[in-house]
Amino acid sequence: MTATLLDEFELGLDAPICLTWELTYACNLACTHCLSSSGRRDPRELSTDECKSLIDTFERMQVFYVNIGGGEPTVRSDFWELVDYATAHHVGVKFSTNGVKITPEIAKRLAASDYVDVQISIDGATAEVNDAIRGPGSFVTAIRAMENLAAAGMRGFKISVVMTRHNVDQLDEFKAIADRYDAQLRITRLRPAGRGASVWHELHPLPEQQRGLYDWLLANGENVLTGDSFFHLGAYGDALPGLNLCGAGRVVCLVDPVGDVYACPFAIHEQFLAGNVRDSGGFEAVWRESSLFTDLRSPQTGGACTKCSSYDACRGGCMAAKFFTGLPLDGPDPECVKGHGESSLAAVPAGSTPRPSPDHSRVVPITIGRRPDRACDTSPLA
Amino acid sequence: MSTKSFDLDSAWEVHPSVAIRRERFGALLYHFGTRRLSFLKTPTLLDAVQRLNSSDSARAALSDSGVSAAETPTYERALAGLAGTDMIRERTAS
Repeated sequence: MTATLLDEFELGLDAPICLTWELTYACNLACTHCLSSSGRRDPRELSTDECKSLIDTFERMQVFYVNIGGGEPTVRSDFWELVDYATAHHVGVKFSTNGVKITPEIAKRLAASDYVDVQISIDGATAEVNDAIRGPGSFVTAIRAMENLAAAGMRGFKISVVMTRHNVDQLDEFKAIADRYDAQLRITRLRPAGRGASVWHELHPLPEQQRGLYDWLLANGENVLTGDSFFHLGAYGDALPGLNLCGAGRVVCLVDPVGDVYACPFAIHEQFLAGNVRDSGGFEAVWRESSLFTDLRSPQTGGACTKCSSYDACRGGCMAAKFFTGLPLDGPDPECVKGHGESSLAAVPAGSTPRPSPDHSRVVPITIGRRPDRACDTSPLA
Repeated sequence: MSTKSFDLDSAWEVHPSVAIRRERFGALLYHFGTRRLSFLKTPTLLDAVQRLNSSDSARAALSDSGVSAAETPTYERALAGLAGTDMIRERTAS
C-alpha cells in the first residue's frame, strides 16, 4: 500500500468501506466487556421500515456490506427479513451472534447464500475461560451453533474472539477450533468501551502477552483476521497486514439501534456522535457533512507521539482506547508498546475517566444513596 | 498472489460477483464471493478495468485508457494482482 492511498483514506471516502450496524440493544447475554452496554431493547429502536429505508441508502452509496451486531441481532423478530432485504439490494451482510438462534434449519439457509457471512463470538477456547466473560452456558451455545453451520456446509464462517489476558495464551486452541469447523479465526482488541471500560484494567493483555500476540499474528499472517484492530502493535517492528490506521469517521462508522451515527463501534459516547439517520438528509448527510466527521478527516496532530520513531507505524493508536481511559487524544495509546501509555495512565486522576453512554445493561449496579430518577421508582408501599 | 500467469494478450473481464465503487483516488472493488476488498489506485487503472469486458485483450484496454508502453509493466502488475484475487478473470471465448 502506498502512502498516497493511506493519505487518501485519512481524508475520508464518499461512503464507508465498512459499516457496523447494531440492530438492537436487546441481548440474551450480559458479557462483562460489552462495547455497547447491551441488555435491554431501547423503545426508540429503528422500525422495520426505517431499517429497510436505511438499507436503500446503503445501496445507493454502494456500501458493499454491513457488519451487523447488537446486542444480539438475531433476537429481533424481523432479523431474517432484514437480512434478505439487504442481500436483495446488493448490500452484503456479515452478522455477529452468540449463536443462540443458529438452529440446523437456519444454518442451512445461511450456507445457501453467498451474500451472508456469520461470525460466532467466543472469548475463551474452553468453557471455563469463555463463560467467565460471557456467562454460564454461552460456550456450549456457541459451539452448537458452529456444529450446525459446519454440518450445513457453511464454509469459512468466522469465529470472533476479543483478546484478554486470560485467553491470549489460547491462540493455538482458538485456531484449532476454527480449523475443526472449517471456519476462519478473527481476533480483535479489547477496548475500554461500554461495560468494557469497567473491566479493561483487569482484562487487557499484559505487555509481555502483547508481544506474544504480535509474534503470533506475524507468524499466522492473513489466515487470521483482525479487523485491523492491532495496528498499535506495528510499533514492535514490521507492520501487520491491513490498513494500519484509525478509520474512525474516515472509512468506518457505527449506526446504533436508535439510528445514532458514531465515529466507530468502540466510541459510543456523545463526544463521537455525528448525527442520526432520522435527521433530515439521513445517513448520507451525516457521513458526508457532519462536523465531527469533517474534523476527523482533517490532518490530526500526533502531539507527543510525533517525536517517537514508531509514530509512522502506530499513528498514535486507538482514539477510543485513549478517550475511555482518560488519556489525551493526541497522546500515546494506553497499550503503547513502548510503555508510554502506562506512565500516562498513572497520571490520570482517579474517577476522571469519561462514563460510557448510553447504558442498556439489564442490571444497573445499585449505588447506595442513589435518589430515584422518577416518582415511580420508589415503592408505592413505603 | 502470483503474477507469472497473467497474459496481457488474453481477453479479461471483471468477475460478475465484483462491485466497483468510484472514489477520488480511483476505486474500491469488493468481491461478494471471496469477501475481499481491493483498491484501484489511479483513475486510469479504473478506466482500464472498466474497459476489460469489451476489449479483445488487456493490452488493448490499457492502450485505450492512455497507458503508455513505458507505464504498461506497472499496470500489468496491478492487473495481475487483481487476477490473483479473482477480481478479474480470463474471458472464455463465446
